Amino acid sequence: MNPIKTFPRGGVHPEENKLSAHQPIQDFPMPKQIIVPLGQCLGAPAECIVKKGDRVLTGQLIGTAKGFVSANVHSPATGTVAKVDVVMDHTGYYKPAVFIDREDQDEWIEGYIDTDELITDIKLDSKQIIDKVKECGIVGMGGATFPTHVKLMVPEGKKAEYIIINAAECEPYLTCDFRLLLEKTQEFLVGVKILMKAVNTDKGIIGIEENKMEAIELLDKTINAHRDLYKGIEVQPLKTKYPQGGEKQLIKAVTGREVPSGKLPIETGCVVVNVASTYAIYEAVQKNKPLIERIVTVTGKSVKKPGNFRVRFGTPADLLIEAAGGLPEGITDVINGGPMMGKSVSVTNFPCIKGTSGILLMTLNEAQDRRQTNCIRCGRCAMACPMGLQPFLLHKLAKQNNFDETETNHIMDCIECGSCEFTCPANIPLLDYIRYGKAKTGAIIRARNQK
Amino acid sequence: MNKYTISGSPHVHSTENTQKIMYRVILALVPALLVALYYFGWYALRLTFVSIAACMLTEWLIQKFLIKGPLTINDGSAALTGLLLAFNVPANLPIWMAIVGSIVAIGVGKMAFGGLGKNPFNPALVGRVFMLVSFPTAMTTWPQAQPIFEKGFFADAVTGPTPLGILKESGVGSLAETGDMQFLDMVLGNRGGAFGEVCAIALLLGAIYLLARRVIEFVTPLTILLTVFIFTGICHLVNPANFIAPWYHLVYGGLILGAFFMATDMVTTPMTIRGKILFGVGVGLITVVIRLWGAYPEGVSFAILIMNAFTPLINKAFKPYVFGVVKPSKK
Repeated sequence: MNPIKTFPRGGVHPEENKLSAHQPIQDFPMPKQIIVPLGQCLGAPAECIVKKGDRVLTGQLIGTAKGFVSANVHSPATGTVAKVDVVMDHTGYYKPAVFIDREDQDEWIEGYIDTDELITDIKLDSKQIIDKVKECGIVGMGGATFPTHVKLMVPEGKKAEYIIINAAECEPYLTCDFRLLLEKTQEFLVGVKILMKAVNTDKGIIGIEENKMEAIELLDKTINAHRDLYKGIEVQPLKTKYPQGGEKQLIKAVTGREVPSGKLPIETGCVVVNVASTYAIYEAVQKNKPLIERIVTVTGKSVKKPGNFRVRFGTPADLLIEAAGGLPEGITDVINGGPMMGKSVSVTNFPCIKGTSGILLMTLNEAQDRRQTNCIRCGRCAMACPMGLQPFLLHKLAKQNNFDETETNHIMDCIECGSCEFTCPANIPLLDYIRYGKAKTGAIIRARNQK
Repeated sequence: MNKYTISGSPHVHSTENTQKIMYRVILALVPALLVALYYFGWYALRLTFVSIAACMLTEWLIQKFLIKGPLTINDGSAALTGLLLAFNVPANLPIWMAIVGSIVAIGVGKMAFGGLGKNPFNPALVGRVFMLVSFPTAMTTWPQAQPIFEKGFFADAVTGPTPLGILKESGVGSLAETGDMQFLDMVLGNRGGAFGEVCAIALLLGAIYLLARRVIEFVTPLTILLTVFIFTGICHLVNPANFIAPWYHLVYGGLILGAFFMATDMVTTPMTIRGKILFGVGVGLITVVIRLWGAYPEGVSFAILIMNAFTPLINKAFKPYVFGVVKPSKK
């Protein structure tokens, strides 16, 4: 095992609460009707290409990517389009979605290879792989849902030296990536090889927090057992510290390189891909299977049976909550994702999408905003900031609408990890104000650049 | 249909809060308070009680009737100011002076700026310095430490000069003659002085607790102590007849109390490590200059207050290094 590494600055250590770490992945049965939002990625939502009454097959394209940063959407089931309407998704807004009345049997699209056997032979070349990733609508499944094919298209003049797999899973509670690593180890590793081939590099590093020792050992063992097959792949254990899985922090921890402020990770010669996305890429490239399902962790301290479920997109979250033992008493917060960066949702029946890594249920006691008091200038937020910012200052400047100074104080470098707010003894909603300041400052910068 | 709370991430929070920080500092001062009770008896107890009560009452009255804002009296910060204020004065100070000092500390030093977190100067030191210039005699009449079982709990204390006072008045030689050079006595607190500052061991015990709980950081106290040690050490090497050995400077006066409990006040000291180092060096230098060449025998309070004034500038000058930002190379 490689020596443990970490990012040097800031970070916090929230309670890990990996309640569902030992729950095997269960296939979750689809309901009669599924609701597939068209906007499942960062960037523009897909354009609907089906209409009411159309019969769609499992894996059939129903929404095409619109614009550069956008991803295709496929039908997760076989059935008839009941309507194309809006649904309140995890963002709390009504967004366009395709409602599909499901037939009992999956009828797959042509070309899908229906097998559970490991396919290790990578037939496609670099360009074909990237096209396949694009075609299959694969996005970053850690939560940010950035279209993966955009990441893989290395700009001219740049060289990708490393494929870094983000297996840190530094968010408390979430265990979907951990379970996937344990149960689909070989498929995942082939996925890493595919990625390495896609960007023409022979170095792949899997960055993983040391609280998942089981996975680290299993990966090490598997790689050693098939040396010729997984040549060039390395497992890099990382210290359990939040936000170890932040893209910039991960690159720094693994390679020691710093992504320059305002630039993309490719500047450091690294392409970072999430575990679930890597597995999806394996399925897309080797089995011709579009991204229509993912592992979702349903968890919470008061949840009776926290678990990990393989869920087709469009399945409403409340069915998953039922399967995890029902909605416990006194739940006040329903969170799509983990507790540090997830978004709270006002309803429980939002459809699961590509970015739904977890459904976290919290009681008032766990998630309540505590009473805010005066800033005592302790500087803990600045100590906790992994980007070296001064959250107390940005908070103040944003509150004053002083966007000149928010810019010179690097507000745009904030990765919104929430470490500052987590650590603040005065319970100041630092990140809320920083997000506001970031949005305003970003708009000003964009307007200026257009001139 | 059930509607759930919408709030920005993060949805979890560490269990730390301001109140806990304040009460931990108060707890860390308890050993020193117990030593003070042992040496100064009833006077120390009375003074501690009065100044804490006066500070809390002042804050409550101002919040209730002047600011008409939320009452934050249980956050512990006013109580801490009162305790630190009491620690910094002679045990036999008349009660009414302590009350005036408390009103100034909280009223002028803290609430006039808008309350907790907004004051540029350490409130307890503002109160102390106000008393020092207003009641110079009372504030420099130091009772000598005397164990209560020798003289009784309520007995009047014998007054006498502090070691630094002797040093200022008559130089190194006289201190040796009066037998006040015993390093052990200094460390244990068996000497004259403000009642909270006398026992270095008890204060260090509290400081270790604060360091362990990460309430304070070692950077500021360490740089202060090092600066004082090095500066007085150089003076001692140059002229041992005029300047006492540096280790005495560390335990004399209020240096330990100041370095660990006042110069680490979050509100009034710099935030970054580099800023803290500069702050600590400044406090150390000014302290030594006042002690060796100034009119007052002791200078820790002034040094900290002066450096408090520089804190906003230091904070502006020493920002943390931002991830991914290359420093512009000097041309």
